[in-house]
Amino acid sequence: MNDSPRAQARRWYLQRISAMVLAILVLVHLVIMVYAVRGGLSGAEILARTQGNAWLAVYYALFVLACAVHVPTGLANIAVEWAHWPASRALLMARGMALLLLVTGWRAVYAVFTGGAT
Amino acid sequence: MQEEQLTVSVWRGQGQDGHYENFQVPRRTSQTVLDVVTHIQRHLDPDLGFRFACRVGMCGSCAMTVNGVARWTCRTHVQKVVGTDNTLQIAPLANLPHIRDLVTDMRQFFDKWVKPEGRFVGKSNRHQEFATVKPDSVERQHANQGIECIGCGVCYSSCDVVTQRPDYLGPAALNRAWTLVNDERDTRKLERLAAVAGDAGCHACHTQGSCTLRCPKQLTPTASIAGLKRLSARAAMKGEI
Repeated sequence: MNDSPRAQARRWYLQRISAMVLAILVLVHLVIMVYAVRGGLSGAEILARTQGNAWLAVYYALFVLACAVHVPTGLANIAVEWAHWPASRALLMARGMALLLLVTGWRAVYAVFTGGAT
Repeated sequence: MQEEQLTVSVWRGQGQDGHYENFQVPRRTSQTVLDVVTHIQRHLDPDLGFRFACRVGMCGSCAMTVNGVARWTCRTHVQKVVGTDNTLQIAPLANLPHIRDLVTDMRQFFDKWVKPEGRFVGKSNRHQEFATVKPDSVERQHANQGIECIGCGVCYSSCDVVTQRPDYLGPAALNRAWTLVNDERDTRKLERLAAVAGDAGCHACHTQGSCTLRCPKQLTPTASIAGLKRLSARAAMKGEI
């Protein structure tokens, strides 16, 4: 597992870029969510409007990808600094977390897009 | 009228073993914390160990932890830090190995200055013309902001990342590296960026800003580290380092 200073610097860079992407995506997500809920829409009504919408599917697929890039680096840093894990174990955990976020996140996006049909 | 007294609690002991010892010190006008420990050593307990040299804020040797905060003691007036009940607590700097009383071992602090290519390596010799560095160039302005460091260790002692990651280079060493990265006469820029990159280097900084808050020279190591993060991460992405 590559834990050279160069790889660490690259992870830092990707974490910052994904943070910039997330800043916009989270903001838009929150505004739409608050707007929809305050407008009185129920979960089922929201689903009815979002299902089959390719734009929303792409939007949230990107959201999941940005999370999968951003979150693991932060978690690995916390594990090293606070729990004093060895870097190799923290990286392994981070990669597992990235995979988990990608699989579950994209699966959820797919389910909303197709309405659960496989 | 009875003379006003300070109750000064001073850390005594060697290495890991130690305790606070109380002293009564007469309160004076314009008294500094260094004056207080000097009074204790000269009049109350000649065995008290502490380090100082210039007494005027240039040498950076007298830093201690005063009421829980790292400070240069020669330029810290008692009036500024004393509690309402005329008490002071003086301890050695944190994040450094303890030798005795108020003295810490600064070797790791200075070793870390050298580690990320902390030496200037020029490209010309004394027989050549002087290099012309424009005072208003961006690089010169960046370097200007960092070069007044006196190496007191206050930033290093105040940094939580150093506490959590003992291999972290720390604010002073990274600030030094930043001034050299911005020195257009220097030839080791890429090697230096490689040496400061990563989790033991600038990318471990959480931008909490304790170093900048506490620096007695009002330098901004946080900004220096942010600059290093940008340059070295870009160089890493381009495969230059």
